[in-house]
Amino acid sequence: MKEFIKKVGFPRFIITVFLIALIILAVYLDIPLSGLLSDILVRFGMNAILVLAMIPGIQSGIGLNFNLPLGIIFGLIGALISIEFQLSGFLGLFVSILIAVPLAAIAGYFYGKMLNRIKGEEMTVGNYIGYSVVSVMCIFWLVAPFSSPELIWAYGGNGLRVTVSLESSMAHVLNDFLAFNIGNITIPTGLLLCFALFAFIVWIYGRSNKGLSMIVAGSNPNFAMSNGIDVDKQRIKGTVISTVLAAIGIIIYSQAFGFLQLYNAPLYSAMPAAAAILIGGATLKKANIVHVVVGTLLFQSLLVVALPVVNVIAEGSMSEVIRTIVSNGIILYALTRKEGETA
Amino acid sequence: MIVPIIFLVLCIVGSFFTGLPASFLVNEMIIRLARNLILVLSLILPIITGLGLNFAITLGAMAGQIALIIITNFSIGGSGGFFLSILISTPFAILFGFLVGKILNKAVGKEMITSMVLGFFANGIYQLVFLLFAGTIFPIRNDTLLLPSGVGIKNTVDLANIKYSLDHLIPFNKIKLPLFQKLAEYPIPTFLLTLLLFLLMGYLLKTKLGQDMRAVGQDPEVARISGINVEKTKIISVIISTVLAAWGQIIFLQNIGTMQTYGSHSQVGLFAVASLLVGGATVDKASWKEALIGTFLFHFLFVISPLAGQNLFGNAQIGEYFRVFVAYGVIGLALVLHAWEKDKAKITLSDID
Repeated sequence: MKEFIKKVGFPRFIITVFLIALIILAVYLDIPLSGLLSDILVRFGMNAILVLAMIPGIQSGIGLNFNLPLGIIFGLIGALISIEFQLSGFLGLFVSILIAVPLAAIAGYFYGKMLNRIKGEEMTVGNYIGYSVVSVMCIFWLVAPFSSPELIWAYGGNGLRVTVSLESSMAHVLNDFLAFNIGNITIPTGLLLCFALFAFIVWIYGRSNKGLSMIVAGSNPNFAMSNGIDVDKQRIKGTVISTVLAAIGIIIYSQAFGFLQLYNAPLYSAMPAAAAILIGGATLKKANIVHVVVGTLLFQSLLVVALPVVNVIAEGSMSEVIRTIVSNGIILYALTRKEGETA
Repeated sequence: MIVPIIFLVLCIVGSFFTGLPASFLVNEMIIRLARNLILVLSLILPIITGLGLNFAITLGAMAGQIALIIITNFSIGGSGGFFLSILISTPFAILFGFLVGKILNKAVGKEMITSMVLGFFANGIYQLVFLLFAGTIFPIRNDTLLLPSGVGIKNTVDLANIKYSLDHLIPFNKIKLPLFQKLAEYPIPTFLLTLLLFLLMGYLLKTKLGQDMRAVGQDPEVARISGINVEKTKIISVIISTVLAAWGQIIFLQNIGTMQTYGSHSQVGLFAVASLLVGGATVDKASWKEALIGTFLFHFLFVISPLAGQNLFGNAQIGEYFRVFVAYGVIGLALVLHAWEKDKAKITLSDID
């Protein structure tokens, strides 16, 4: 038993046990499992790319990229511009991504440059840079020159709406693409394929020459330097990829969710993503696709199953509380490990 | 010294645009200083001990709020209630501080981010306890505390019983002299207590323990070789910080008069840290001067920015968001500048050999 726990990892063991207990409770309380499974699949697809954005950061040595909001902001801007021009369906989605990616890449480049001057403090600084960016953008959303009635308040009020509905533009385009039912379970094929595509790109990049030099630079900077790898450049590369993935991630997330969330919504967006990859077994130094898949699946299943179960037992925002405890607990656990130990 | 000067200029320029009378601003600032100084003070010791900014003072604030919920539960009010809540909060704060110190000792080099995540984590536990356990596991006698369903503490707890119990502790208004009547309007006892705590802190830093803390902050390895128990010193420093934060939160809330059960503590770390940094403190250097200057400047900006935003841009919301940005931005900037300096120092050392 001890061997087994050690092999699976203590946090994963606890969370799996907790999850199984919740599922048994759900069955006992007559909550339909098919609905839960559909939800889990959608939530997995929604969040997985944001979690994927953690990988290049960890691989290139900047640790958990708590500055995901930076990329997210540009993803939101891309989506807003495409709605402003009344694009819808797949066209809207692609144009959003097309606008967001270069903007996020530029921002990621400068952020990466900055991170190179503050080695060792990336996570703390990243967190507060992220918060600052979100609060600056709050002012931007207020004064931004958008005019589409979808985006601005119908009457009174300044600036953009707090949540923008995507119902008439690109809501659920990926979810519904090739979607089919098995029994009562809906499989959001497009959403899952989209994640598979990005996961494959990140995976194949990690095997390529360029990707390998990035990983070496991250895991052992001195060794990389002696092999003629420009460590600072690799770190910038990791930051750029991470920021771009965050921008794409939020667009995919929003189309599945059906709404764009502006203002303070992106503030704590990095925490669940960081938590998910750590739950999957990543450390502050090492991460791969398996960690993303396992972590996102476990974390999102926990949240999906906990919601109806807890609401029967206790009222109020209990599932939010569970999310806070689990996500911050796992980050805390990873931070207090010695270097290299798995979380 | 550049940061406080920038903010001073910002404050002066901003105050012209608000059109508020100076007397109003002075009154407002006196109240806000009394409210916030102890919370800012609580950050100084961990900085001196080399732990950086202790974002985990949130846990101290929670200890304070636990005590306030307990005295409200037993309907104990007045100055007696106030001192009882101080007394009750202390053991909680010592326990929390001990745990925080233990955890920070396991995350050497990543203390700040750890303390921040620890604050969020503790917030989750706090919500769990007061949303689910209050009224079920912990019996609550006072029904006005509970949500209609009988489980969980209400979002807002009325602290009318102990409102101004410290601020108006000395009954100046009983003395029928114009001077004393005037004094009664201001929270003199709070300032006296704050002054006392500042003096005690100054004294502590001169004792053996205080010197140990400085030594640990400058170089833990050297400190260890010279026979100082580094881990223990850090834990003591965090405990004192947490206890001060608990008291600070109680004093803050007795002035406000109502408590947001699930919100009052969450911004404590942010505002206190931003205040201290605005005063010119850095991640490894802070004293009472920065605390005083910073609290004044930050809260001055806090008072004027919505009105300045209204008058400058025709939108008060811009001012609201601007002050949130200032809080986050100043912390971000201070952290960047500090890490930058440290990085530069590293390069120059390696250049030598």
